[in-house]
Amino acid sequence: MATLKVNRIGLEPQVYKGGKTTLCAGCGHNAISERIIDAFYEMGIDPVQVVKLSGIGCSSKSPAYFLGGSHGFNAVHGRMPSVGTGAMLANKKLIAIGVSGDGDTGAIGIGQFVHLMRRNLPIIYIIEDNGCYGLTKGQFSPTADLGSKLKTGVVNELPPIDTCALAVELGATFVARSFSGDKKQLLSLLKAALAHRGTVMLDVISPCVTFNDHEGSTKSYAYVKDHADVLEEVSFVPFFEDISVDYAPGSTQEVTLHDGSRLFLKKLEETYDPTDKISALKRLHETARRGEFATGLIYIEPDRDDFLTQLNIVNEPLATLPLSRVRPSREALEEIMEGLR
Amino acid sequence: MASTDLAVHDRQAHDQQAQDQQATSDKTRVVNDFSLQIATVNGSGSQTANLVLLRSLLIMGIPASGKNMFPSNIAGLPTWYTIRASKRGYIGRKKEVDFLVAMNPETAKEDVLTLDPGAAVVYDEPLKLNALRDDVVFYPVPFDKLVGPVCPDAKLRRLVRNMIYDGILAKLLNIDLAHMEKALTKQMGKKAKAVALNLGALKAGLDYAEAHFTKQDPFYLEPMNEMAGKILIEGNAAAAIGCMMAGVTVVAWYPITPSSSLCESLIGYMKKYRIDKDGKATFAIVQAEDEIASLGMVIGASWAGARAMTATAGPGISLMSEFTGLAYYAETPAVIFDVQRVGPSTGLPTRTAQGDLLSTAFLSHGDTKHIMLIPSSVEECYTMAQQAFDLAEYFQTPIFVMLDLDLGMNNWASKPFTYPDQPPDRGKLLTKEMLQKLGEWGRYRDVDGDGIAYRTIPGDGLPVYFTRGSGHNAKGQYSERPDDYVENMDRLARKFNTARTHVPAPEIETVADAKIGFIGYGTTHWAITESRDQLREDTDVSTSYFRLRAYPFNADLTAFIDAHERIYVIEQNRDAQLLQLMRLELSPERIAKLRSVLHYNGMPIDARSVTDDVLAQEGFEVANKTAVRPASTSMMGGE
Repeated sequence: MATLKVNRIGLEPQVYKGGKTTLCAGCGHNAISERIIDAFYEMGIDPVQVVKLSGIGCSSKSPAYFLGGSHGFNAVHGRMPSVGTGAMLANKKLIAIGVSGDGDTGAIGIGQFVHLMRRNLPIIYIIEDNGCYGLTKGQFSPTADLGSKLKTGVVNELPPIDTCALAVELGATFVARSFSGDKKQLLSLLKAALAHRGTVMLDVISPCVTFNDHEGSTKSYAYVKDHADVLEEVSFVPFFEDISVDYAPGSTQEVTLHDGSRLFLKKLEETYDPTDKISALKRLHETARRGEFATGLIYIEPDRDDFLTQLNIVNEPLATLPLSRVRPSREALEEIMEGLR
Repeated sequence: MASTDLAVHDRQAHDQQAQDQQATSDKTRVVNDFSLQIATVNGSGSQTANLVLLRSLLIMGIPASGKNMFPSNIAGLPTWYTIRASKRGYIGRKKEVDFLVAMNPETAKEDVLTLDPGAAVVYDEPLKLNALRDDVVFYPVPFDKLVGPVCPDAKLRRLVRNMIYDGILAKLLNIDLAHMEKALTKQMGKKAKAVALNLGALKAGLDYAEAHFTKQDPFYLEPMNEMAGKILIEGNAAAAIGCMMAGVTVVAWYPITPSSSLCESLIGYMKKYRIDKDGKATFAIVQAEDEIASLGMVIGASWAGARAMTATAGPGISLMSEFTGLAYYAETPAVIFDVQRVGPSTGLPTRTAQGDLLSTAFLSHGDTKHIMLIPSSVEECYTMAQQAFDLAEYFQTPIFVMLDLDLGMNNWASKPFTYPDQPPDRGKLLTKEMLQKLGEWGRYRDVDGDGIAYRTIPGDGLPVYFTRGSGHNAKGQYSERPDDYVENMDRLARKFNTARTHVPAPEIETVADAKIGFIGYGTTHWAITESRDQLREDTDVSTSYFRLRAYPFNADLTAFIDAHERIYVIEQNRDAQLLQLMRLELSPERIAKLRSVLHYNGMPIDARSVTDDVLAQEGFEVANKTAVRPASTSMMGGE
């Protein structure tokens, strides 16, 4: 009998799979689910420690289709960030991955999105971005580009919300954009996300094959392939692999992540530095003006304290602290009563 | 309070009493049974002077309550603080003001004109209020002239000025200066300079009264021995202590009057008593971006196994509607304090009501119903806060603790809180042993027949499930099947029925010959207690009393209704919300017995209003239905 392939914690790839998808054949979201499965397997993350969170919409169904051995919470529309925040407050040892959509995030959920970014909560927040509301049959979402056309011929006349620019502006410490069709880049970014401690905002353009993949759409497979402005070649070396990477001086930027893993960003042009907020924002605006999408690691700040560190919580999960540590003593209550007399 | 203090005081008070008897005959003396109202402008620092006064009464051993009626504004609008002394222990609001301190030029005239004949008024001399009527007693005080010498710093005079009326009242009402000084020290803490400054003002007032006034009104305070060992606390702070003792670990909140001080006092207590030796917190408290996010965080934290809570008021409850439905249907615990204020909409943010009962009972769309705990006292704020966490985890559902502004934000005297004698009940958490016994586990499977299923939490290594607000079957899997839906909804109804015998039972006092039964809840209790005495003593009408402490109802309710001919449901809202809730479960014969006594003008309900209303409905002539005061333009405030 052939030995089964296992990862560094001895688990088989099968363990990381989820239920059968009910999304449309060819939906970009399914490709993203597969990359998530690959990334968690390859990084050797224990599914028991993972919580999957989502809001409402096609994207938000997808957590049922990966990591079947993890707890999941399909919350209310646009309000997954608060549920995820609560879960992480309760148990800081958890690894949270949230999946949202462009409607779920950009419309009803924009308020919670904004405050999630500000807090730098340790969570991987993925927007499966197709520029439309798939589950209600293809209406425009707030990330639809100016001039993009619906199947019915309706043209979008409102400017899009750039979730990446917003995330950089608001304080997320890992901001990236990718394309569901770019397996290698997306996988590297997801693995790097798992090595980061803080809010990871990952906007993944994920074409809707049913309602937004036609001529005139700026979120179709064809359009995105032609208009991706790839910022850098992203290579990820996990902390548990001792690999030396050779590169010509000045050609590659190396970033050490929270868990000791390393990111190698091979520069495709000299000027881009993803640790510089201003250049990140400038680049996003420039590519948007050209009708393109900047993909790759847009911004990273690997060392900033995350929200739970700022709150100075004890090291153990709050959820399971013993009574002796969460109920003050008889003397403490008496002291309080004395103060009130 | 040390017994030596009492002894000293008794002697001094006795001497004082002897002197006073020369000025006022025994017949007309009204001792320890009157209400005192101080009319000021908010932001003028009068709260310190008012609390010193209230504390002085409690130090004298006199049952007393203080109620702050304040505008939704930071500075410059009218505020009234009412202190009621009651030798019989009535601490609800008294509608009539017996003794007025008129410091606010804007309202002074109206405040004086609405007094009953025989009342007394201390006022700021330049207001010349004595010209308004000749059937009340006036004591003019030149506050500005008095404050100068005791407070050289002109910037502080506005604040210190108020302490002068405490001194005046000490003389007029017979409060020992030593007791007032003790109250002042308690109120100001260790700020020696501030204590000295205010004490100077107190004495200036006292000296002025001694030199210029002859006692002409009948109102006196005399020491009693009713308050030894009692504490003075707001309901919000009491609830906060309860939460801490319950072992709360995650708190998410958004500031809103009148609930903010619940979380703010909790922050204070937790920082003091819930920090480990290494300086790390055994809790997380987050000020969220709104009430929606607050409840979202609570649900997420509870789902992940923490004891989590939020506190809000009506507008926040409205916003939490959607998440409440999720917690009900997905079955996650949540503890939500609703410190009720006057609605609808923004309503009267700084006034009290019991107006959220009906909307909270069924908060969110679809078939939902929720457990509510309804404290009447600060002590119940403390105990019910703890019960709320146990019930939330036991029933895996949101628990609403329904305070109101009167209870939450006013200071109430109480016996000290006792240490919890039970560990927290974390409810039906699946264990490895239980899993072996069950063989197969389903998140929403009713194993015990009580509608409550076993749950697992992330990270516990036990079977996982996908939590969702969409249709699901007993295994927690997505399902749109009619039979799955019905089975699940029926189980939820079964769970709610199980709760009937687990929530705090009503407190029932059955009077043998009583044909009338009163049903009340929350702060209405204090007016009801007093009204029952009034009815018995003034008109020989005896009443039984059922104090509801939680929803859903238990079987005691129908038994109580059956035992009486007429039931008065007494509440502080327009639409008879509790009565409506009762109607949903009662037979037509029982419904026919129900009558309503309603009070909803933003002021705490008072006994006389209840008594008059009941007597009128019983067919008695009720002569004096006094108008609600104050009524006119002086009540207009900013947001």
